[in-house]
Amino acid sequence: MNVELRNIQKTFGPVRANDDISLTIPAGTIYGILGENGAGKSTLLKILSGYLRADSGALLLDGRPAVIRSPADGIRHGIGMLHQDPLDFPPMEAVDDFMVGRSGKFFPDRKRACAELGKLAGDFDFSVDPEARVDSLTVGERQQLEIVRLLAIGVRVLILDEPTTGISAGQKQKLFQALRQLSGQGMTIVFVTHKLRDVEELCGQVAVFRQGRLIGETARPFDEGALVRMMFDREFERPHRSRAALGETVLEVRDLSVEDRRLSVSGANLELKRGEIVGLAGMDGSGQELLLRACAGLIRPVGGRVCVSGRNLTRRPYREFLDAGVAYLPAARMEAGLVRGLTVTEHCVLAAGRNNFSIDWTGAERQALKRISDFDIRARPSSPVESLSGGNQQRVLLSLLKEDLRLILLEHPTRGLDIESSIYIWDQLKKRCQNGAGVLFMSSDIDELLQYSDRVVVFFSGRMSAPLDAAGLRAETIGQRIGGVGFE
Amino acid sequence: MTGFKQKFVDAAVQAGALALAVAFTSALLKAAGASPLETYRQLISGSVDSFAEFAYVLRGWVPLILATAGVLITFTAGLWNIGVEGQIMLGAVFTTWALRLLQGADLPPAVVLAAGIAAGMIGGALWAALAGALKTYGGVHEIFGGLGLNFVATAISLWLIFGPWKRPGIGSMSGTEPFPETLWMTELASGHVSPWALGLAVAGIGVVALLVRNTGFGLRLKAVGKNPCSSHRLGIPPARYMMWAFILCGLFAGAAGALQVTSVYHRLIPSISSGYGFLGLLVAMLAAYRALWAIPIALFFAAINVGSIQLPIMLQLDSSLSGVLQGALVLFVLMAEGARRRWMRSS
Repeated sequence: MNVELRNIQKTFGPVRANDDISLTIPAGTIYGILGENGAGKSTLLKILSGYLRADSGALLLDGRPAVIRSPADGIRHGIGMLHQDPLDFPPMEAVDDFMVGRSGKFFPDRKRACAELGKLAGDFDFSVDPEARVDSLTVGERQQLEIVRLLAIGVRVLILDEPTTGISAGQKQKLFQALRQLSGQGMTIVFVTHKLRDVEELCGQVAVFRQGRLIGETARPFDEGALVRMMFDREFERPHRSRAALGETVLEVRDLSVEDRRLSVSGANLELKRGEIVGLAGMDGSGQELLLRACAGLIRPVGGRVCVSGRNLTRRPYREFLDAGVAYLPAARMEAGLVRGLTVTEHCVLAAGRNNFSIDWTGAERQALKRISDFDIRARPSSPVESLSGGNQQRVLLSLLKEDLRLILLEHPTRGLDIESSIYIWDQLKKRCQNGAGVLFMSSDIDELLQYSDRVVVFFSGRMSAPLDAAGLRAETIGQRIGGVGFE
Repeated sequence: MTGFKQKFVDAAVQAGALALAVAFTSALLKAAGASPLETYRQLISGSVDSFAEFAYVLRGWVPLILATAGVLITFTAGLWNIGVEGQIMLGAVFTTWALRLLQGADLPPAVVLAAGIAAGMIGGALWAALAGALKTYGGVHEIFGGLGLNFVATAISLWLIFGPWKRPGIGSMSGTEPFPETLWMTELASGHVSPWALGLAVAGIGVVALLVRNTGFGLRLKAVGKNPCSSHRLGIPPARYMMWAFILCGLFAGAAGALQVTSVYHRLIPSISSGYGFLGLLVAMLAAYRALWAIPIALFFAAINVGSIQLPIMLQLDSSLSGVLQGALVLFVLMAEGARRRWMRSS
């Protein structure tokens, strides 16, 4: 099926996620969509599959205008999406999951579905046991199950969002083989990725997105340098950086292995000195947050060592990390940092520690007022934190940090903040460095990484590069490494 | 919206909910062929016409406000402690056990009673700690854990009444052998309510009001209830605070059970909790989780309970009407609150 998107617009508040996107995807091609985090790729495909609705624009399927209001609509039109995190039913058996979502009889024929699942899986050399529970399958197998499920309900456009994240090399080969086979049969395949190698290996054509805009389209053979420039190139002026004097080692990570359901990082090594700022680059979910959380004591490493100021804190409780002077600022400020429904004053009391049996509310309010003026927070002491803007929430979090910190870990310190707030946040962090703290942060903003880090470490699919000296480092180099160049 | 206008809107919404609840109950009464006005008159006169009747109301208010005080703590920690009913029962069981043990000893009655009440509080706390451990360490949601433990608590008290603690001769639903009158808590002149029990109840709700509003512990509990993840990050261990919330709630529920034994029934009877635990949850919700508001609301609920006793005699209506009125009230208030929020968001 030929898919044509015309002048698609979508904004989330002040953010233009899709700015006048027009694309034509012919049937029988494997069409790549390339871009960094927040480039607008997922938004566009969610619009195509019915998860989101565009503010304006039109969709044509085989030349006929179509209106897709919901995922069910999308499937009726033959458009199916394989989400990055499989949207399946973990407690079900594979065959039940396979049968979900098809219009059918009141009593579904489980036996036939089993046979059908087996046959479809066999066609693509997939290994899905119909009787196995979905949560016992690997991410790759769940993906395979989802693909045959979509095929069985008659999908003619298959969208895959970052499908090669979290699956093994063998599964990736099988997936690519299946996709080639399908496109040969006339299936339209849209392949969303940030990995240059995947594009080069699989796609016939590729569109590059950046900051909500379609930057360009190219066809095979691809020029890697050109793709990277399209993904990352921008006007960029590097301001003068004043470096703090480096002190003794504050964080030492040795042969660290950490993992979660989707990803594992192994053999990570890193050393951070007092006064130093190290930035972690990479697409979201490449392993940098696993490292950060392990350094904060929020997840337990599988192997290796984490030492803070010479003390081995590996697998010690989170409390001991706090006592050792480690602080962690999450990207999800309202979910994992602040408490919705409590005021700024109440947060000040909470942060003051556990030795206050009865609360001196007047004193606490004075404290809050001081922090509000010290950190230039636009709020009153009695404001509930959820009523503050993102920048002010981040300032509140910063203001709650203890005085004598040794290590500050941050996820996306300025995500969603305006320029003024961003500069302010970094001024504060640099001040902390001058006072002897080390800062380790992850960001998907290359400018931020280059501007503030002393060294940059790039993550790709759970692997980490050697630290790169930020002085003289080019944005393009980071961009290439984020795309996986140099990790083979 | 200004603060004053906001308050006005809030009050209007609450009044509207109240009116709806009354209208709903009136419609039910009409359908049942009774006169709503006459029913309400009977309800009120049945509870406040004489000092004796009002003393009955206070007698019901004591366990109700203690149960409410307890669940206010667990609500603060974001927990639905539906097991409060069983915690009251276990409080009563422990009190009965202590009194049976000590009634023969050569001790002043006041000491025995105090020991009995302390035992009841410990019993309630242990039962609550069990629900808490199931929740924090066993991954069993507190609603299911509490519900299960309620059944077990009922079974325990029935087994005791018909088994080890049965009356000489034959066990019966009327409960265990009553304690000697020396172990009855002193009552006000016309009977029915003990000033000591009243004092304990007032102290209880006062302590909770202070605890939740003015202590660091209360604030941390609130933080855990609103966002366990952020609390953990701030260095507040959620599991430990949830356990404490359960245990404290159990102390209050246990005290309610203890007072049912020492100052109301003077023995252990089946279902001694009389639904005060569940009613306490309703009072807490209706009071929007504010301790001081709970005082008049619990009084009102207790009055409806007492007033409804004479409905069968005077109007041939079932006394469960009080439950209908209480339930309708809570539902309409919660509904009005939900509607108000939606309206606020869209405007």
